[in-house]
Amino acid sequence: MTAVQPVPPPTEPAAPAVLGPAPTGSRHRVSPLLYIGGAIVGLIVLVALVSFFWTPFDPLYTDVVNRHAPPGTAGHLLGTDMRGRDIASLLMEGARTTLYVGIVSVGIAALIGTPIGIIAGMTRPGASEFIMRATDILLAFPALLMALLFAAKWGGSVTTAMIAIGIATVPAFIRVIRSGTLQVMSADYVLAARVAGRRGTAIAAHHVLPNVLGLVIVQASVGYAIAILAEAALSYLGLGAGPTTPSWGRMLYEGQSGWPTYPLVSLWPALAIILAVLGFNLLGDGLRDRFDPRLAGRS
Amino acid sequence: MAWQLVRRLLIFLISAVVASMLIFLVLSGLGNPARTQLGTGATDEAVAELSKEMGLDRPLVVQYWDWATGLLHGDFGVSYVQHIPIGPQISDRLLVTTWLVLGAMIIALLIAVPLGMASALRHGKVSGYLLSGASQIGVAVPAFLAAFILVAIFSVSLGWLPANGYTVPAADPGLFLKQMILPWLSLGLVQGAVLTRYVRSSVLDEMGQDYLRTARSKGLTPGSALVRHGLRNAAIPVLTVIGVQLVTILVGAVVVERIFVIPGIGSYLADSVDRQDLLAVQGIVVTLVVIALFISFLVDLAYTLIDPRLRRR
Repeated sequence: MTAVQPVPPPTEPAAPAVLGPAPTGSRHRVSPLLYIGGAIVGLIVLVALVSFFWTPFDPLYTDVVNRHAPPGTAGHLLGTDMRGRDIASLLMEGARTTLYVGIVSVGIAALIGTPIGIIAGMTRPGASEFIMRATDILLAFPALLMALLFAAKWGGSVTTAMIAIGIATVPAFIRVIRSGTLQVMSADYVLAARVAGRRGTAIAAHHVLPNVLGLVIVQASVGYAIAILAEAALSYLGLGAGPTTPSWGRMLYEGQSGWPTYPLVSLWPALAIILAVLGFNLLGDGLRDRFDPRLAGRS
Repeated sequence: MAWQLVRRLLIFLISAVVASMLIFLVLSGLGNPARTQLGTGATDEAVAELSKEMGLDRPLVVQYWDWATGLLHGDFGVSYVQHIPIGPQISDRLLVTTWLVLGAMIIALLIAVPLGMASALRHGKVSGYLLSGASQIGVAVPAFLAAFILVAIFSVSLGWLPANGYTVPAADPGLFLKQMILPWLSLGLVQGAVLTRYVRSSVLDEMGQDYLRTARSKGLTPGSALVRHGLRNAAIPVLTVIGVQLVTILVGAVVVERIFVIPGIGSYLADSVDRQDLLAVQGIVVTLVVIALFISFLVDLAYTLIDPRLRRR
């Protein structure tokens, strides 16, 4: 089998356009959405990384004298909350929680969904139909519902939320990756590999996976935005991050007691959530444009 | 056509049974629900006693069969925490949530269809980018945040609408409408933004089709060509999204009902999760999931009606 060389992907337009990066050049410029989304996500990642080494104050330190301090008071850049905790520091550590939840839940979804999606795209029609029907059943459990189900059984926590959101995001990965796999499987170079006697696993590893990786990245970006919203909603319901874990959703939940007398306490985490979801959505759209030239300029 | 209907109905029924098994397995099958109910500090004797009372000492298959056949008769069991039948609670609260979901969906459609079409027709122009950007921001706003902002503006600052509460429509239709406007907007505005993007994308797809070019070459404006010929085709992918959106609104109602103190199925679910009332959670989740599957079944049927090609398959 080692004598069989993988057939290089064809370069003619008939190649599965959906699955590779768009050609560079003036007609296929990188979408500005990619830059804007990338910059927002990059900023959040940077803030989260910095929070490991430095925050203006200890985020959990309560300063009862300076409760509800306006921005700029006693070194509190964005002010303090109802317990006198520094909002900027809470936001910085909250970014960490947001990224952590996203990475784990999207990681779970990608690790389970990608191989199943590839199998569904490569296997016999009957087996593929079975996988897709099972996927449809799982689709009836949106992330928030799955998280509530898990919270009822195992109690509300960031860990429970991440696992539940991850499992609920699996069907989206399966659908997208299956669709991409079907396109790759219809390409000439895969047919050539099959005629040359390459095994299904080798085709999956050498031809399908590298070509659907772009779709995985796009879906991961979209899934990340969903994870942020679901975690925020759960924390808002008191079923996500605990009192000792700074989280944007939890900040909103706690800030509502002072709303609307002290709107800034809720406004900052609200803006952070909107910015993060916007960033990941724009990044997803930009990446989709990048990996699917037919969609360039649509978003 | 008849075979399509039977096939889709069978898929729906099998999916509903499998989903109910999964829910039962998670809530009743994994671990001991009696221990979950009593907490980790409970003695083994207390757990054993409650297990017997809850019927958990029977084989799992028997427990599932009893629960599932009970569901078919509207018997969801009796809450071990509140000691009241769960079925009537679900049906009463589902009616409340139905008002919320329908109102929110109507608002979402009223926003999405004209804005999505306008955004597509103005593709490449400044106004098109502005509409597209506004929908991007709308998608990023969680419903509970929209609720916060709306309450601050219309209840606290202007005092036009009540910040919370629910009145049965038959009792006082005027007050019902006043109380529901903000919850409808909270869910509808956000979902409208999501739907706008799909309508725009779908309309853009159709605008590139040859038949629309032909219609325009016969003298129709882009808008009228789209309305006369393109909308039916553009509706097909949008229909799927509407189905998904309905489910999202149904589940999103959990948070909005909490904020506006609406006694719907969402707040019942959130309260039951807080109380770790597993049997109630089991009944509520299975109800929501079966509704989601049924919506998916209806969307499939609607496809067949809209797209004649599917009838011949």
